[in-house]
Amino acid sequence: MRYSALRLIKEAVTGHKGWTPQWRDVAPQDHYDYVIIGGGGHGLATAYYLAKEFGGARIAVLEKGWIGGGNVGRNTTIIRSNYLLDGNEPFYEFSLKLWEGLEQDLNYNAMVSQRGILNLVHTDAQRDAARRRGNAMILNGSDAELLDTEGVRKLYPFLNFDNARFPIKGGLLHRRGGTVRHDAVAWGYARGADSRGVDIIQNCEVTGFRIENGKVLGVETSRGYIGAKKVGVSVAGSSSRVMAQAGMRLPIESHVLQAFVSEGLKPFIPGVITYGAGHFYCSQSDKGGLVFGGDIDMYNTYAQRGNLPVVEDVIESGMSLIPALGRARLLRSWGGIMDMSMDGSPFIDKTHIEGLYFNGGWCYGGFKATPAAGFCFAHLLKTDRPHETATAYRLDRFMTGHMIDEKGQGAQPNLH
Amino acid sequence: MIINHPLLGPRDAQEFTYLGDASLLDRPDWQVPDAAQAFHDYLYLRDNPAGDHRELWFHEQGDRSWLVVTRNTLTHEILNVELARDVAKARRAAQ
Ligand SMILES: Cc1cc2nc3c(=O)[nH]c(=O)nc-3n(C[C@H](O)[C@H](O)[C@H](O)COP(=O)(O)OP(=O)(O)OC[C@H]3O[C@@H](n4cnc5c(N)ncnc54)[C@H](O)[C@@H]3O)c2cc1C
Repeated sequence: MRYSALRLIKEAVTGHKGWTPQWRDVAPQDHYDYVIIGGGGHGLATAYYLAKEFGGARIAVLEKGWIGGGNVGRNTTIIRSNYLLDGNEPFYEFSLKLWEGLEQDLNYNAMVSQRGILNLVHTDAQRDAARRRGNAMILNGSDAELLDTEGVRKLYPFLNFDNARFPIKGGLLHRRGGTVRHDAVAWGYARGADSRGVDIIQNCEVTGFRIENGKVLGVETSRGYIGAKKVGVSVAGSSSRVMAQAGMRLPIESHVLQAFVSEGLKPFIPGVITYGAGHFYCSQSDKGGLVFGGDIDMYNTYAQRGNLPVVEDVIESGMSLIPALGRARLLRSWGGIMDMSMDGSPFIDKTHIEGLYFNGGWCYGGFKATPAAGFCFAHLLKTDRPHETATAYRLDRFMTGHMIDEKGQGAQPNLH
Repeated sequence: MIINHPLLGPRDAQEFTYLGDASLLDRPDWQVPDAAQAFHDYLYLRDNPAGDHRELWFHEQGDRSWLVVTRNTLTHEILNVELARDVAKARRAAQ
């Protein structure tokens, strides 16, 4: 069923009785050409592009819970193409271009809103770094503007400009960045994939791989054995657990990231703001809630909840940047488990096991990557070659010395 | 989380900084033929278990001792706390 304004009007006057489910509820078949493990944004996008762009046939997405119940439904919805390093920026620019055409492509309202992202700077060194990053972005086809204090004041007059320790000296504005309705991304890709014949199988947990002579034959699941020619793993925070079933140890630790939303307020913050002197970023949802977050909790965890010290740190940073925040009441907070890689950058690669492919290590930044990660993973699954924007995301890069350390922190995931 | 420090008693986890898997105590021998591979595995690969995890915490805002904390990563329950130097000595003695 195609969605349109006309359709909406027709349904409105006929009591909304004509809507049909957006994807089928199917039982798994015995064998597929491609099995994608994980029904998050990445897994669903992979299936969608595999079916649409690469002519893949007989594809299944296996999800242990319900689609959209993982990080794709827990993130703070920010999309952007403002990376510095060569291995990263062409990929994120490709992703942002896909976001720009996504709703038409999917015939789905994902509320893609390019409301602009402003990274604040507070020192001369930060201004230099912002200028350098901006130039790298522009060289890769993205957009960047360096604002001075007055430029920032015009956009966000209510910020705490004269903080004694961290005065606001300007910011790097990336106008094409913004936010997207995260659940709609999962649903839109699911609907698009389903309409191209992909089986989306929920409540189906993968519990093991069947591997013979170095080749994957299929997966054991809570709903029985499913054979596959190729298996793509895209399970975000569960990456180490699932790949351990294939005997692999990954350069990944699982950590929790918390997020917060306030009660609904009148329009107040037009874009996304990130603080340069503390871990804090904030936007306002279309419902009016201030959506904000900060740092990860710093210790390994698989519990989808965080602890109070980080709550305190996020709120303190928020208050020092936006004093008015103190008048808003907090509505909810939650956490999601992220696959933090050793250099803060992801993997889209084959494994040493024939037919087994891995997409993960997205840390706290994989939502913006959803379209390109799906596209590039589908490209790899189909052609056995990396997509031209994802050649650096190799699993062996620590052995060969080609790590992609955007933050320059070294091999300690909780510092990225 | 409250970490029961072997010398100082129960302390808030906020006083500590976290390094990671306690296998970092087992630094490989740089003279063995496959040292490059061993250091790669040591530095970059992790078990990352869901369940009991032995990990290194540093009492930065306290007595600056390194601890080996055994903690469940699913429940955050802390099961055991030892001084890292005791653990390291015991491992060396066992070798
Ligand atoms: C609080 C928070 C804020 C964030 N903010 C942003 C942001 O602003 N911008 C941004 O770009 N990124 C952000 N991220 C990161 C982003 O959400 C993730 O990197 C991204 O969603 C991960 O990809 P995914 O959508 O495929 O993951 P998920 O939605 O987690 O999908 C993985 C799926 O795999 C399933 N699975 C796991 N094990 C199995 C198994 N054995 N068998 C079958 N299925 C299995 C899970 O149930 C899950 O549904 C944030 C993350 C969090 C937690």
